[in-house]
Amino acid sequence: MSDIIRRDPRAEWIARNRLHPLHAAMQPVQHSWMGPNGVIRKNVHGVGFIGPNGIKRIDRSGAQQGGSAKRTAAVEVQLPLHQIAAPAFYINVVPDMVGGRLSSHDRDLLGLARQLAGSDGAVLAVVFGDHKESAFATAGVDRLLVLEGHAFDGYSPEQRVQGLRAVDNQFNPRHWLLPDSRSGGGELGRRFAASLKERPATRVWQIKGDECIGRAGAGQEDLARPLPRLVLAAAECADPVSETRHEVLPVELSTALARSLPRIEDLGAVAVDPAAIPMAEAEFIFSGGNGVKDWALFHQTAAALGATEGASRVAVDDGFMARDRQVGASGTWVTARVYVAVGISGAIQHLQGIGACDKVVAINLDPGCDMIKRADLSVIGESAAILQALIAAVEAYRNGAKRDAA
Amino acid sequence: MTTNVISLVSIGAHPTSGRPRRAEQDARAVELGLQMAGDKLQVLHAGNIAEPTLRSYLGMGLPQLHVLEQPAGSDALPVLSEYLRDAGAQVVLAGSQAETGEGSGMLPFLLAEQLGWPLIVGLAQVESIDGGVAHVLQALPRGQRRRLKVRLPFLATVDNAAPKPRQSAYGPAQRGELAAHEVRIEEDELFHAAVLQPAKPRPKRLKVIKAKSGADRMKAATAKASGGGGQVLKGVSPEEGAQAILKLLVEEGVVR
Repeated sequence: MSDIIRRDPRAEWIARNRLHPLHAAMQPVQHSWMGPNGVIRKNVHGVGFIGPNGIKRIDRSGAQQGGSAKRTAAVEVQLPLHQIAAPAFYINVVPDMVGGRLSSHDRDLLGLARQLAGSDGAVLAVVFGDHKESAFATAGVDRLLVLEGHAFDGYSPEQRVQGLRAVDNQFNPRHWLLPDSRSGGGELGRRFAASLKERPATRVWQIKGDECIGRAGAGQEDLARPLPRLVLAAAECADPVSETRHEVLPVELSTALARSLPRIEDLGAVAVDPAAIPMAEAEFIFSGGNGVKDWALFHQTAAALGATEGASRVAVDDGFMARDRQVGASGTWVTARVYVAVGISGAIQHLQGIGACDKVVAINLDPGCDMIKRADLSVIGESAAILQALIAAVEAYRNGAKRDAA
Repeated sequence: MTTNVISLVSIGAHPTSGRPRRAEQDARAVELGLQMAGDKLQVLHAGNIAEPTLRSYLGMGLPQLHVLEQPAGSDALPVLSEYLRDAGAQVVLAGSQAETGEGSGMLPFLLAEQLGWPLIVGLAQVESIDGGVAHVLQALPRGQRRRLKVRLPFLATVDNAAPKPRQSAYGPAQRGELAAHEVRIEEDELFHAAVLQPAKPRPKRLKVIKAKSGADRMKAATAKASGGGGQVLKGVSPEEGAQAILKLLVEEGVVR
């Protein structure tokens, strides 16, 4: 509900109209009564109403009667809780958890799992390592199994397949669902299928009863087949859960995981030239607008952070950035996980362009601009000073990390 | 010492016309193999030797192409794994999925499981091969790269991050030699139950607004995107602001 205090002409009209069925409810609270000692007491604060500017108005002419109705706060709707005490079977889901959170693909997949589980089965989500997700309950997870351990850090497909095999042995799920995505699920699912010697259905976009349909070949044909135990589902395979809440009961593996010597060793991420990454798929964008005065400092900060540069329309029109760097309705629609907007007030066209971004950070002078309403973290202040401090902080952080490693 | 590399190729289909062509990702696997092994590269296909499109791989400058002769609809997995077990290859490259047939992308995974070799997904570049250990770059989504160390022999799939294939020339394509190998034929049991049908366009997802009241629906239709309840730091020094921003960037894992 908006914070602006408004008069309610209809409530006032009902309060004046003695024949209206709601007349009694709209009467202002009584503000003078007989006290216990026979003295008339008055509540001086109950008189009048709060005007449109938030100032109390007292109308002694008698024309004003209602309007002091209490403000109702927007109530968070509590969805009904779906409980499964003793699941008849399990549907296991291994979400991608890009950046530690459920992606939209993961939510679609959990929706599909919920459909398959019906009222007797439970959806068991298997998550590797730490996560930052807090909305498993509304995404449709009945049971949550977190496989902890350093073995699952970084790129560890072989260890993860072993983990999934242990889960398979203990829970014996009716179906395994994995996202057929490039961010890990497609690979893990295929490795797991090869290790289980099951033939999976891939790129599945529809499941009807015991039949599933998935794309085949280069997308020219569909393959309809009986639903196998292991399914790799495409994005938008089903609608995400939206009408129920789920228990998210933690479960654990009863056996310790066997560790094997990994044949593939992860040597860590390689620094790539951020300018060479297409804007539409860059993960981390550092974007400048009209509020940036020192563009050399802006470029220096982007280089220090290792971010891809973006710009608002004004910065592009003024010639500070190239046209292909424009973010927004007439530029590029970006999908970055983290978007830093420096001196961008947030025109609606720009906000449309960053609609798919996960975390938005705003640096701006104007505390009332639309970008700050959208942002998850905003710092109000002069951009040049903050950017300089940011460069210093990043350098200190990197040096500190090096010293720790040494 | 040059590495012994085998690239696996298949027949592709043009995305619009559906005509046979060299498969895009397999051609990249051949290109990567040519960069690693030069003339020593072996290229292997399981299928019909009479298919004229096979010669477009020869046109990339290969002297010969090995074909394990099979009719359509037979299982390529057993014959390939049998051939690779004795071929003495150190690196086997393949595209990540076929452009015709099932196209599940399972073949490299099953081959790796049967041969007991490690598998690299999305190989972008081989940096060095030294003393039985290879350092390679793996392509990740969003243009990122990861460095991996893997023991030889290994299998790798390539996707669109691998080097672009060179053009196929007509002359070398006609001069090249197709070497046929007789193999045992096993039928693939997939099509006993499954049916291939022309792809249906997928319905676009509708934006359903589940609002209880008219005011909520109006708000959903007109409101600007807003995070709602973001943290606002006002009146702090630039250093504190920068620290808060850096903390979020490190938490999200974008600053390393």
